[in-house]
Amino acid sequence: MSELPGDLLYTNDHEWLRREDDGSVTIGITDHAASSLGDLVYVELPEVGQDVESGGEMAVVESVKAASDVYAPIAGSVAAVNEGLADDPEKINAEPYDEGWIVRMQPSGDIDESELMSPDAYQQLLDDLDD
Amino acid sequence: MPFIPHTEKDTLEMLAAIGVDSIEDLFDEIPAELRIDQLRAVPEAHNEMEVSRFMRDRAAMDGTPLCFIGAGAYEHHIPAAVWDIATRGEFYSAYTPYQAEASQGTLQTIYEYQTMITGLTGLDVSNASLYDGASALAEAALMSVRSNRRVKTGRVLLAPGVNPVYEQVAVAIAGSQGLTFERLPSDPTSGNVAFDQLDDGQDPVAVVIQQPSFPGTLEDVERLTDWAHAEGAVVVAIVNPIALALLKAPGHWGEQGADIAIGEGQPLGVPLSSGGPYFGFMTCKQKHVRQMPGRIVGRTTDLDGNPGFTLTLQAREQHIRRTKATSNICTNQGLMVTAATIYMSLLGFAGLVRVAESSHANTTRLVEGLCTIKGVRRLYEGPYFHEVALQLDCAVAPVLAALADQNILGGFDVSTFAGCNALLVCATETKTTSDIDKTISAFADAMA
Repeated sequence: MSELPGDLLYTNDHEWLRREDDGSVTIGITDHAASSLGDLVYVELPEVGQDVESGGEMAVVESVKAASDVYAPIAGSVAAVNEGLADDPEKINAEPYDEGWIVRMQPSGDIDESELMSPDAYQQLLDDLDD
Repeated sequence: MPFIPHTEKDTLEMLAAIGVDSIEDLFDEIPAELRIDQLRAVPEAHNEMEVSRFMRDRAAMDGTPLCFIGAGAYEHHIPAAVWDIATRGEFYSAYTPYQAEASQGTLQTIYEYQTMITGLTGLDVSNASLYDGASALAEAALMSVRSNRRVKTGRVLLAPGVNPVYEQVAVAIAGSQGLTFERLPSDPTSGNVAFDQLDDGQDPVAVVIQQPSFPGTLEDVERLTDWAHAEGAVVVAIVNPIALALLKAPGHWGEQGADIAIGEGQPLGVPLSSGGPYFGFMTCKQKHVRQMPGRIVGRTTDLDGNPGFTLTLQAREQHIRRTKATSNICTNQGLMVTAATIYMSLLGFAGLVRVAESSHANTTRLVEGLCTIKGVRRLYEGPYFHEVALQLDCAVAPVLAALADQNILGGFDVSTFAGCNALLVCATETKTTSDIDKTISAFADAMA
């Protein structure tokens, strides 16, 4: 398993968040999640401008044998979606933390980081899963 | 492939493994007041001899009337080979097995079926079938909502010619899921959409167009499709597969073509059988395929590079998506689909065209003859395929009863639907000129 990027926050649902300079938040799924699903063949993206609640379903990632919901880790609205995934969903497998980002959100309020995990905490979660 | 149910020992072992005493205990979570302790009105068991006799007697009650009833199910000649082949052991199953390694023949049959149905409808992808034409409309409406996420109204607009029974079934299935079904205004002369009365800006999620319409008319599908697309709706076509031998395929309606085409597959080699089993078909444009319900068979290559067939896009389905699945439709109608595939293979496209042309010619002879009778006229003007609505000066039921006395099923009473004394008549290729002339004469006597 590759090194977890240190500048990201993580969730129990194996998603990651990056706080951008402009106040928006970029969201994707972790390498662990992508590897567990297998080669992705389809990503269903939300509409730009759509409001989402924290914990609400936002996108669906689908491999040949499984499909999984992507949940909004924070409340806000969809500012952008990674349109490139429509033609190349495997980008999520190849570069889950970069070109494989899924949604960029504009948070509706302050982000409660205590609800999220640091890289170390998420690494601990993964280690526990292996046990 | 044999179906081997689990033995009593298997059942006990499985119950023991999950720590449950009996199968009955599995239903514990259903509240007692919702449970029916015994099925009422189900008679005691009968032995095979008694059941065979009962079914023979019941079947004989149908007799062999001369049938001019269509209204959604149509009597066509079924070549003897169709069911001879369909009931061979290799094909004789209602299900699509998941195991590609054990069911290449069945999977290829469905793949060929899908190819033929997409060819007929002019669309990109077909599923492996649905239950029937009416439930296919409900599925198409739900699919439109999933596909057309921009529209939040849940409003499905139905052309005036959509079969009223299909509407009832769609409301029963999808009405509790936030969808509403409304009729577009109709023109009393043509029976079709009144274009000058269409309201723009209703934000419909889907517009449903039936061609030929329930009362047999031909809608201006080009114009209606373009209007619906301009309104931001998904266009759902309800079509008769035999009619597609002569009429324009829905995939080519208007500038962009319909998005989804559905219909009743029964005319393709499935007998009337007092109402079923039939099957529904559904095809769509590639861009909607992820929202399509049901099984889809795909062609692939195995590890040795040999061509093979397998279920594909299964991540949409209930065994993977669980509660989020696009539907719970399997392929219970697999046997009907097998018969339809053999029917289409035996006839070929040229054969389908002959069936369609002959049905149209017979219906023309019937309708022209009936319209010479005083008090009988066409309800709507304009071209038709193989079914026509007639208006009578008198009540329809007594006329049909008089014809039934002569072993003729003279048509389908649509007085309630039409709001006047009206019936639908249809003469397929199965009727001879003497059948038709005899019926015209009997009809005249009944009207006199």
